[in-house]
Amino acid sequence: MSGAGRPLALINARLLDPASGYDGLGCVVVTEGVLADVQHRPTLYAPSSDLLVHDCSGLALAPGLIDIRVKTGEPGAEPKETLKSASRAAAAGGVTTMVVQPDTDPAIDEPSVVDFILRRARDIELVHVHPAGAATRALDGRRMAEIGLMAEAGALYFTDADRPIVDSKIFRRILAYAKGFGRPVAHRPAEPHLTAGAVATEGALASWLGLPAAPALAERVMLERDLALAELTGADLIVDQITTEGALETLARAKARGVQVTATASINHLCFNEVDIGDYRTFFRLDPPLRGESDRLALVDAVASGLVEVVTSAHAPAPAEDKRLPFSEAAPGAVGLETLLPALLSLHHDGGIGLLELLGAVTAAPARLLGLPAGRLARGAPADLALFDPQAPRVIDAATLVSKSKNSPFDGRRLQGEVRSTLVDGRIVHGELG
Amino acid sequence: MPTPDSTEVGDVEAAIRARLFALPQPHFLAVDRLDRPTADALLDLADAFVALSRQRDKKLGLLRGLTLVNLFFEASTRTQSSFELAAKRLGADTVNMAPRTSSVTKGETLIDTAVTLNAMKPDLLVVRHSASGAAALLAQKVSCSVVNAGDGWHGHPTQALLDALTIRRAFGQVGGLAVAICGDVLHSRVARSNVALLQLLGAEVRLVGPPTLMPSGAAEWGPAVHHDLREGIRGADVVMMLRLQLERMDGAFVPSTREYFRYYGLDAEKLALASPRVRVMHPGPMNRGGEIDSGVADDPAVSLIQDQVEMGVAARMAVLATLAARLEPRA
Repeated sequence: MSGAGRPLALINARLLDPASGYDGLGCVVVTEGVLADVQHRPTLYAPSSDLLVHDCSGLALAPGLIDIRVKTGEPGAEPKETLKSASRAAAAGGVTTMVVQPDTDPAIDEPSVVDFILRRARDIELVHVHPAGAATRALDGRRMAEIGLMAEAGALYFTDADRPIVDSKIFRRILAYAKGFGRPVAHRPAEPHLTAGAVATEGALASWLGLPAAPALAERVMLERDLALAELTGADLIVDQITTEGALETLARAKARGVQVTATASINHLCFNEVDIGDYRTFFRLDPPLRGESDRLALVDAVASGLVEVVTSAHAPAPAEDKRLPFSEAAPGAVGLETLLPALLSLHHDGGIGLLELLGAVTAAPARLLGLPAGRLARGAPADLALFDPQAPRVIDAATLVSKSKNSPFDGRRLQGEVRSTLVDGRIVHGELG
Repeated sequence: MPTPDSTEVGDVEAAIRARLFALPQPHFLAVDRLDRPTADALLDLADAFVALSRQRDKKLGLLRGLTLVNLFFEASTRTQSSFELAAKRLGADTVNMAPRTSSVTKGETLIDTAVTLNAMKPDLLVVRHSASGAAALLAQKVSCSVVNAGDGWHGHPTQALLDALTIRRAFGQVGGLAVAICGDVLHSRVARSNVALLQLLGAEVRLVGPPTLMPSGAAEWGPAVHHDLREGIRGADVVMMLRLQLERMDGAFVPSTREYFRYYGLDAEKLALASPRVRVMHPGPMNRGGEIDSGVADDPAVSLIQDQVEMGVAARMAVLATLAARLEPRA
């Protein structure tokens, strides 16, 4: 069953390959951890006798998901989540590659910490784990981190995660410097003076609830700066978690001008809006906070149209003791690795968005952005696969999540879609075959 | 409206028992959860408790055998003693907890504290906390009835009830009155709860304050929003002033105390623009010379501020009695 063993054939599957645009019956052959063959016909044309054949009738087969914004607690806050527990959660959710955020303790701000993450991932041997490196040392927003050395060690992009880099001069230099190493820089657009202390989006609802709130345009204000600096430096900018209608308009204008920019959306902002915080439920305390329904709809449209290319889980584990607090005192964030795929599918089932468009945002697009060989069903690509039933109804029960932390806003929600098996380099890391 | 003040001792108790009912909900957390009949019934009952509180024997055993815990994470002598008096007049045992000085400062969370208290089997838990939603959170975690005595900027429902009671007794009814709530609306739980309750009772509510102290979207709650105090209180029957904390008058929200007082402080000259029968209210404690001039605050012909304190005890007795009525079939 492993990559080193007999070749495996998955037949009669509904292949979903956003990279080639193919959605139809097909079969694949996995040999030595790679896709040795991909055929757009239900069964193999000329099967060899030593093949282990698995019939996938009724199931969909897609490239394993690539989630480029995952937080764990390792190193430094292991009770929240370890690389191992996050890897298990990823495998259970059909996520075969995750990029972990650098805001750990110590931060991933120098090559030895990059090495540490990669070594742990090799030992755990479940899914591919790549670190994002800190843009500034100790995430202080002032001193540039060792971007070149970390890139060489394997950091895929650079970011200070949730912390805005306020100093425009430093941010400009980071963009320019990272471009020299061919790496993108991600930045969360939020004007920090406007957002200081805020836990909700300004408006009648947050006011009525008595929650400190910031105007949605705090996002656009910072995005305008980031885009201008990206244009100035010619760097690759990743807009980390765009959430508002106004910022999307700004983004569209910049793209029309030819600015090198890729935007990401978190699955939470695609599925929920500010009304969800109405009962002060802290699982909906997110950063950026949930927005109005018109923002959510604009974001869904932007993913459907490709204006926003990448969707992430924004996986941010928080243990019960950090969530069982009054709303404004609770830690922000939600776990999402295990619910990313069914949540995306719900946008297809309920919102009518094309399956390939949605899956592209978690496979082909992030692979292209970060130069990864995965994310497609093509001969020679790594055998990173998600086999799932796209219709299977389920009620999410946070208590049963693999993640060490159970802070899922999808708790109690009805979603459709269940991952049956996950393969990484041809190894089965979740579920079973045959 | 019946006025039990003048009736005989036995009649007072009879009036209370006749008006007593079990609150439809297990907690008293927010005005939003009240409907009009319940609000009216609470005010009728509170009215009867005013009469009881004016007698020599102020005690009635509706809460006998029950334990009330005052859990005040934010200090408030006024509200806490009002609840304590209300509970004692109804025969409950009361315990005051000031978690600031106990284990909460040692890292124990709000919920840990509540769960610990809950294990001591109190029947009523009165909570004040600096975070919006804190009382609702506690209510999910404990088995006793929770009364919100103020949560962050969100709500202070017993204050709204006592304000409505004060207004109703002064004017005979609340419906149809123009009530201007003035000052730091942004940070005021009193304002939010009053908007909800006074609108429920049919008043025309206006919010008045500088743009920096007006919550975003406040007009969507229903009231008219004014930034000019003179305009806002023109013809008003009730002018309710809100406390502005002094640290907010030093340049962060408004430039200075004297500038604030000039434009938003209530004095006799501005008050002359209101209705001839206008009454002035303030939830206390007041910043004299900040949001209100002493001449207005202390004028017995217009000020209802002392009445509010008295009504506070009666309104809280009504809330506690109707929550307790859920616990045991009333005799």
